[in-house]
Amino acid sequence: MTAVGTGTRHPVPGRLGHLDVLESEAVHIIREVAGEFERPVILFSGGKDSVVMLHLALKAFAPASLPFPLLHVDTGHNFPEVIGYRDRVVARHGLRLYVASVQRYVDEGRLRERPDGTRNPLQTLPLLETITRNRFDAVFGGGRRDEEKARAKERVFSLRDEFGGWDPRRQRPELWQLYNGRHAPGEHMRVFPLSNWTELDVWQYIARESIELPEIYFAHDREVFLRSGMWLAPGEWGDAKDGEPVERRRVRYRTVGDMSCTGAVLSEADTVEAVITEITASRLTERGATRADDRMSEAAMEDRKREGYF
Amino acid sequence: MAALDHPRRPLSPTGRPPFPAAGHPPHSTAALMMRGIFQEVRARLSAPPRNRAQEGQTDSMSHATQDRAAPAPETDLLRWATAGSVDDGKSTLVGRLLHDSKSVLADQLEAVARASSGEGPDLALLTDGLRAEREQGITIDVAHRYFATPRRRFILADTPGHVQYTRNMVTGASTAELAVILVDARKGVVEQTRRHATVAALLRVPHVVLAVNKMDLVDYAEPVFASVAEEFTGLTAALGIPEVTAIPISALAGDNVVEPSAHMDWYVGPTVLEHLETVPVGDDAVAWEPTRFPVQHVIRSGDARLYAGQLAGGVLRVGDRVTVLPSGRTTTVVGIEVLGVPADAARAPQSLALRLADDLDVARGDLVVPAGAPPEVSRDVTAAVCHLHERPLRAGDRVLLKHTTRTVPAVIRRIPGGRRLDLNDIGEVTLRAAERLAFDRYEDNRRTGSFILIDPADGTTLTAGMVCGTPPPFVPTPHEGERDALG
Repeated sequence: MTAVGTGTRHPVPGRLGHLDVLESEAVHIIREVAGEFERPVILFSGGKDSVVMLHLALKAFAPASLPFPLLHVDTGHNFPEVIGYRDRVVARHGLRLYVASVQRYVDEGRLRERPDGTRNPLQTLPLLETITRNRFDAVFGGGRRDEEKARAKERVFSLRDEFGGWDPRRQRPELWQLYNGRHAPGEHMRVFPLSNWTELDVWQYIARESIELPEIYFAHDREVFLRSGMWLAPGEWGDAKDGEPVERRRVRYRTVGDMSCTGAVLSEADTVEAVITEITASRLTERGATRADDRMSEAAMEDRKREGYF
Repeated sequence: MAALDHPRRPLSPTGRPPFPAAGHPPHSTAALMMRGIFQEVRARLSAPPRNRAQEGQTDSMSHATQDRAAPAPETDLLRWATAGSVDDGKSTLVGRLLHDSKSVLADQLEAVARASSGEGPDLALLTDGLRAEREQGITIDVAHRYFATPRRRFILADTPGHVQYTRNMVTGASTAELAVILVDARKGVVEQTRRHATVAALLRVPHVVLAVNKMDLVDYAEPVFASVAEEFTGLTAALGIPEVTAIPISALAGDNVVEPSAHMDWYVGPTVLEHLETVPVGDDAVAWEPTRFPVQHVIRSGDARLYAGQLAGGVLRVGDRVTVLPSGRTTTVVGIEVLGVPADAARAPQSLALRLADDLDVARGDLVVPAGAPPEVSRDVTAAVCHLHERPLRAGDRVLLKHTTRTVPAVIRRIPGGRRLDLNDIGEVTLRAAERLAFDRYEDNRRTGSFILIDPADGTTLTAGMVCGTPPPFVPTPHEGERDALG
């Protein structure tokens, strides 16, 4: 450290790149939540966006430890590699993890399986009940506005009513960097620190910060079958039907969700750098390529958000 | 060519100092053009013929063509906003920009093609997000768009033209460094154009672009463009907007959006995208603007306390003598940590944590500034405001005021003319806060000069405020019906 009072003037640091600016903005958002809420929680799925969000949160409070717990909504049909990754991260940083289990709701008869086997829409009830039970007042999500058309109109601080619902017509205007955290008892705020990040920004940041990810993000050999144009992996959620031959292919995942609706892409990209090259050249959006849940209708995401989805 | 200079000529300063720094920036569009940089850019952009082949949907990414150029690992970031009246073609312009810059991917284009009624995809559909918007063919809310070129990353606040347009444009413009205002070449400057220019001036958007659209419908005629541009620059000069770039375009046909037009060889300026890629960003002003550090959060690590926040202006160095406001106590910066990494200095807008030499009582909401150069500290503030809610704002209203990281009760003392402010009204208010605030004038710092007013009953965001200064001593003018709510 330079001696104080010697008259030394440190030079002006160099211009900030877009990742520095996005990082500073996200940290600012995370710290605003620490300043304005009593019981925040971070939604953590093990997906790359939530991994980056956790990394930013850890940096925001360094050298102190993270003042928030994590919450994972476990569909029961998650990739085993992702659950393993989640538990390693929690142990490494000494974090507190809440798990909202869709399986338990199904076992108790409080949620019914859908005919198509996907459990993604079933996550909303366990999520909302866990928020209410633990009186979480701010819930960090890794959602990005570039993901999907309804998300493009989402605020950084997004107020949810006591039913967890999102009303696009009643959103508060959000000006400058002045986030309004006021909420009534029973309401909570969804907070999206990565609002302004794109898929490519996330990957460039992962490369820059050398952030570890679940291995399924990188090319590996896996038994898969083709259904509605998506490469799905058999598992506890279900298996290939007649006329859906199971093949061993070299694949990776571009998003991480419920196994029943998250498709793999054929890929040879086995490093972060190769992944960046690949998505730069891709002709498909990450959700368009790999998510059956968004294909249900033009307004699939909008409808789920209104019901309290992530 | 001489005649063409005139609509593009930057305006001379008009009394008010241009934002963010006084004087015409050496890297202004005009200056860059003089050096022929755009010619170089254009040559480079058009040199390698890009593969426009529209592949069918493929599930294999390894089969994809190398169609989008890889952005450099770290590039500039430009935040910009659009504004236009109904049917000025704003959605089409944005759709065209995304499409021609290869930011639209095959599955998005397919979805748009499915939803389009006529021949070819309706590019406006790329930006209409919500079902209600698609059903009614309107845009309700500010939508954010993201795209990148090898030169820059862009964040676009796409604001609708009609429903609550002022509220939405104020929102979009608040963080924008550049605003594109669209005008229909056949209609010229209309009432909404004046409104949009007023908002851009009020919010101090540093760069304003006039896009004269639908040039294809006026036979690409230069006099039409020149006349619209002249009227608009007259308007913006009166509003104190320091610099305007006027560009003739056809968003529908693609003229001068990404590729230079083949129909307007009389225009030698940049296309919209070239201008977005080369306009100087405010980052350069950081070195000489006053340092401002609002404390967000106190980090306790063992016995040490670190003050976390994001630099809202200027540069902070280890060894700097600083004053903590509003208390006014002075101390020395003994350490800076940029997200866990020690640094000798930091610049806006970095998030960081600060160690101070003395054990002062510093809390969230305090402002750290250079010793000897403090901003104004007062409970009384006069501000230009835009009212954002159906519930009107009246003198005597008790509100919460959020300024930087501090939220305090406040009362509206006075609204000139004694009138109330309704949704989308722009006006002036004088208010008194329950505690002293350390603030700058908005024209000097957009972050320490801005605030929002919140309804304490239900948390609604009511009003956006831009600080003008402290009010002069109050002199009642009963004939105007004014009153001071504090009596």
